[in-house]
Amino acid sequence: MPKFSRPKSLVDKQTHFCPGCLHGIIHRIIAEVIDELDVEGTTIGVFPVGCGVFGYWYLGCDTVSASHGRACAVATGVKRARPDRLVFSYQGDGDMMAIGTGEAIHAAARGENFTSIFVNNAIYGMTGGQMAPTSMPGQKTQTTPFGRDTAAAGFPIKSVEMFATLDGVALAQRVSVHDAKHVREAKAAIKKAFEIQLRGEGFSVIEVLSTCPTNWGMTPTNSIKWLEENMIPYYPLGVTKEGAVK
Amino acid sequence: MKKTLMKGNEAIAEAAIRAGCKCYFGYPITPQNEIGAYLSQHLHKKGGTFLQAESEIGAINMVYGCAATGTRCMTSSSSPGISLKTEGISYMVGADLPCVIVSVQRGGPGLGTIQPSQADYMQATKALGHGDVHVPVFAPCSVQEMVDITTEAFDLADEFLTPVVILLDGLLGQMMEPVSFGDDAVEQKREYPDWAVTGHENKREYRNITSLRLHPEELEETLIARQARMEGVKARTRSQAVNCEDADIVVVAYGTTARVIQSAMEMARAEGFKIGTFRPITVAPFPDKQIKAACKNAKQVLVVEMSLGQMVHDVKAALEFSVPVEFYGRQGGFVPGPEEIFEKIKEMTVSL
Repeated sequence: MPKFSRPKSLVDKQTHFCPGCLHGIIHRIIAEVIDELDVEGTTIGVFPVGCGVFGYWYLGCDTVSASHGRACAVATGVKRARPDRLVFSYQGDGDMMAIGTGEAIHAAARGENFTSIFVNNAIYGMTGGQMAPTSMPGQKTQTTPFGRDTAAAGFPIKSVEMFATLDGVALAQRVSVHDAKHVREAKAAIKKAFEIQLRGEGFSVIEVLSTCPTNWGMTPTNSIKWLEENMIPYYPLGVTKEGAVK
Repeated sequence: MKKTLMKGNEAIAEAAIRAGCKCYFGYPITPQNEIGAYLSQHLHKKGGTFLQAESEIGAINMVYGCAATGTRCMTSSSSPGISLKTEGISYMVGADLPCVIVSVQRGGPGLGTIQPSQADYMQATKALGHGDVHVPVFAPCSVQEMVDITTEAFDLADEFLTPVVILLDGLLGQMMEPVSFGDDAVEQKREYPDWAVTGHENKREYRNITSLRLHPEELEETLIARQARMEGVKARTRSQAVNCEDADIVVVAYGTTARVIQSAMEMARAEGFKIGTFRPITVAPFPDKQIKAACKNAKQVLVVEMSLGQMVHDVKAALEFSVPVEFYGRQGGFVPGPEEIFEKIKEMTVSL
């Protein structure tokens, strides 16, 4: 029976994440995939501003920090310089679908051969709980104190459905990490994305639904329930596009 | 040496390829489009990559990522585009990453004009991004000098781990002049520098490139260390002084305008006026000592720019307000002619 232990490429360090936050799980499954593919020495990660910015503290591969929203442009620069390396970005919802939408869409349209891991927790965690582009209709945040009014603040963006319309995309898939079954599925999706990249098939993006108990103002248990009941119906899990870019 | 007639923008692009630039990322904007067009046609022949980005912000961040791997790279733009790049430039300075940025100035503010201008001097030398950002800035005045400085700029960027700006104007970019590139350099295989993120291949500790320094001690230490490193760039400041020894008035200008003051000086000298010229070739760091030496016998100084007056402040500061400094400028895309500068000189001589 395999022994449960820390993946080799996950640094032995306590994370800065709040109690109940799921970033740690996502970091861990990325590390597990890096170990399984044996690519720690040939991987370059890009970590832009957001709660995920400190990814370089926790992953044992080389990393580049990026400014807010520019992860896909920075990853493009890294990958174009080093097409022989596995390159991934780790982006939050503000980074990927607000300030960095242009960079993300165009990297996808160009079929840049790297992987974006997009953590959607429907709120801005690092800056203290403001509305995200993916905040739910009616969701209370610091900047939507009466709930997100779609008439004034617009509608949440469904990223992988949008990425699926682009010919440069080899894989667009939404997963969740709210329970063990879904964590396993999320890990399999990330592994598939990395393998697609290693085969040079095009841009891959995995949207990971996650929680933010601190800024949602919930217990970790309730935040898991809220994700299941509110986010998954709006953001259906599954593959929206798969197939090598021709 | 064989000379070719080339447009400034194309010559700078060719010089970049010869200097070993491997990646170019840019977004079209007039009057510098020939740089990207030329590189899209020729960079791949040397195994390089040309990429037209989705925006200037995208382009500078691609440069950031590329530079982080220790690969020689560049971008180019013009005034509104350089404004967009300043965020990325600040991050590159904060992460100590080298690159070359060509800034071909047009008139502003806003959309302004596509005509030549020198109104981005302050932006290039003082405000190329938030947070104690100071980068070396070259200001060549001929196509040949643009070519020579391009190689120097890449070397300086690598040596001092900093973005380096080549500050031009629309006229220099569009002008055709005979230029020689010297013998084809034997391409040297560059080793990846020991700070670059290349994938550690399980042979060394993992590395991170970042500008984030949350601890005050660490940030302060980094800033002071960077400032100390930039002191070394001060030793590389370059300038050209002509006929300054006996000059009553020294006329100061850079880039295109520096060529016009040369003609104005010749007109004035022909009529017996003792006029000299001083041209900074590097405008940041500013050649303080050289201009002081050039103006030591001058009774007045005249600064000529295609702006409302920007470099003039550096001239006054360098001369420590010991000599009266006058300004003559044209704006809106006008290039001042030698006659109008000579007129200004004559006005000034009345008070001598």
